[in-house]
Amino acid sequence: MKISLGPILYYWPREAVRDFYAQAASWPVDIVYLGEVVCSRRHEMNLDDWLEVAGQLAAAGKEVVLSTQALVESESDLKAMRRIANNARFAIEANDMGAVRLSAGRPFVAGPHLNMYNGATLEILAEQGAKRWVMPVEQSRTLLQQLLAQKPANMETEVFVYGRLPLAFSSRCFTARRYNLPKDDCRFKCMEHPGGITLNTREGQPFLALNGTQTQSASIHNLIAELADMQQLGVDIVRISPQPEHTGEVVATFRKMLDGAIGAAEAQSALKPYLFDAPCDGYWHGVSGIEQSKEAA
Amino acid sequence: MSLELVCPAGSLPALKAAVDNGADCVYLGFRNVTNARAFAGLNFDMEAAKKGIAYARGRGCKVLLALNTFPQTTLWNTWQKAVDDAAELGVDALILADLGLMRYASRTYPNLRLHLSVQGSATNYEAINFYHEHFGIQRAVLPRVLSLAQVEMVIKNTPVEIELFGFGGLCVMVEGRCVLSSYATGESPNTAGVCSPAKAVSWKQTPKGLESRLNGVLLDRYGADENAGYPTLCKGRFTVQDETYYALEEPTSLNTLEMLPDMLRMGIAAIKIEGRQRSPAYVEQVTRVWRAAIDSAKRDAANYAVSPAWMAQLGKLSEGQQHTLGAYYRPWK
Repeated sequence: MKISLGPILYYWPREAVRDFYAQAASWPVDIVYLGEVVCSRRHEMNLDDWLEVAGQLAAAGKEVVLSTQALVESESDLKAMRRIANNARFAIEANDMGAVRLSAGRPFVAGPHLNMYNGATLEILAEQGAKRWVMPVEQSRTLLQQLLAQKPANMETEVFVYGRLPLAFSSRCFTARRYNLPKDDCRFKCMEHPGGITLNTREGQPFLALNGTQTQSASIHNLIAELADMQQLGVDIVRISPQPEHTGEVVATFRKMLDGAIGAAEAQSALKPYLFDAPCDGYWHGVSGIEQSKEAA
Repeated sequence: MSLELVCPAGSLPALKAAVDNGADCVYLGFRNVTNARAFAGLNFDMEAAKKGIAYARGRGCKVLLALNTFPQTTLWNTWQKAVDDAAELGVDALILADLGLMRYASRTYPNLRLHLSVQGSATNYEAINFYHEHFGIQRAVLPRVLSLAQVEMVIKNTPVEIELFGFGGLCVMVEGRCVLSSYATGESPNTAGVCSPAKAVSWKQTPKGLESRLNGVLLDRYGADENAGYPTLCKGRFTVQDETYYALEEPTSLNTLEMLPDMLRMGIAAIKIEGRQRSPAYVEQVTRVWRAAIDSAKRDAANYAVSPAWMAQLGKLSEGQQHTLGAYYRPWK
């Protein structure tokens, strides 16, 4: 199984992004997804910057994919998406059906924000050029197994295995709302929160995380204990979502687990210092996503 | 000038209330997981659907059928049968969200009119045109996230008719792209046709106030002087940093009456009223107000004014007695 690094879902300063990928070039990841998926107002990195990073990662032997924005609303959003789709070198990860239309005929990755719940849907996307699909996060192991039996041949399967879960998109910016700022004058408050802002219930339970227009889980989705099972099921790639710190250590731990150098229990305890919130794995086990199974804890 | 009023029918009495009060179309769903309002006691079996269609047709009203959840592999036949049943019933259009189901419907029943559900998450014309090219979608219902100017841009760049939400419960997230409900309860609109399902809700009076929970997660706590609404996950009060507030959205309803002339001018094909889970009395009153408003705007858009009586009537029916223009009005974002 390969390891991929998902797109950075947060808004980090340009230098932090560049440093992150300079380090990632030497990490044991096979695939790197680049680009802004969440908010069109985030412009620390422009497409040329991303392409430059992409070139460096490709030179380091990584497969590079350019991710498109999930919520595409305005004409300028569409322009940005067209520019990404028209780049001559790298495949795109389509996170909107509009991106699928624009990439038609060329190989692309059907991203986790497309609704793919059955074989007929995967078949249509494969006809459009999808070489890989990333399972929507709310699907369970059981549903995946059933779906893999109907998956078109030559289509790879990728599963989100680590990080705060992307749960919802809105046109409203919840980070700006937190600061009583209008979205159009958000003062880029996201940059002050490199892992999102934790939203707690009124009794102090960390529940969700605000990341601009995206709402995430507060808990860290962690499926490291399921890797052997995934391999048997036929999962090709596992995705690690970048977090503000220690992503390299997380990647290294997943790699060791995949190589059989450590067992599940050892892997879990190795990850513990890097979890910046409680772990969860409920979706995989077919229950509410927030839950954490006892066996894996 | 055509601008259709599309009203919710969660039951036969609600359907009759919509038809009798001036709906141009009603939309309904089967009594199972194939529609995104799969609440207990709601919706139609074949017998009720036949009666409803006969009632509506006899009075010049169209019937749309929503099959707007996403079929999972082993349950595919349930959704496929729903398409077959809808075709047999002879509905005026099917409202679909899933690619696979669109292909099945468009190949098996090429003459059956297809609408793209709001659950299809199409927020731009490239996405809408994708569905049009591949499945012949004739109308798209837009998620409640675009500003009116953005809606206009969509209309100018697609041959597909555009339907907008005009009134009712407000999703603050992009429909079809929100799994908050399954994160807390295991069931989401995409897969189970429910959001914040009633079976996961619990209420408890505590010394700190009345508490509402969703599968154990505290969504809100109400003081003696506060009205407690249905605990929809995104409309609870939460604490972020040191502040407790409606962090995602207030309990509020969408109401776009004042935008009717703009919607007419832009060439919107239809306005949708949300609320298949609401009572026949709700459907009756909302339909009557919107019928009057649309007729008034069509007669004389330049002098159209929102009647205070309409607003008072709708205000009483709104969640938390509050309403908003939502994303159509940019500062909401």
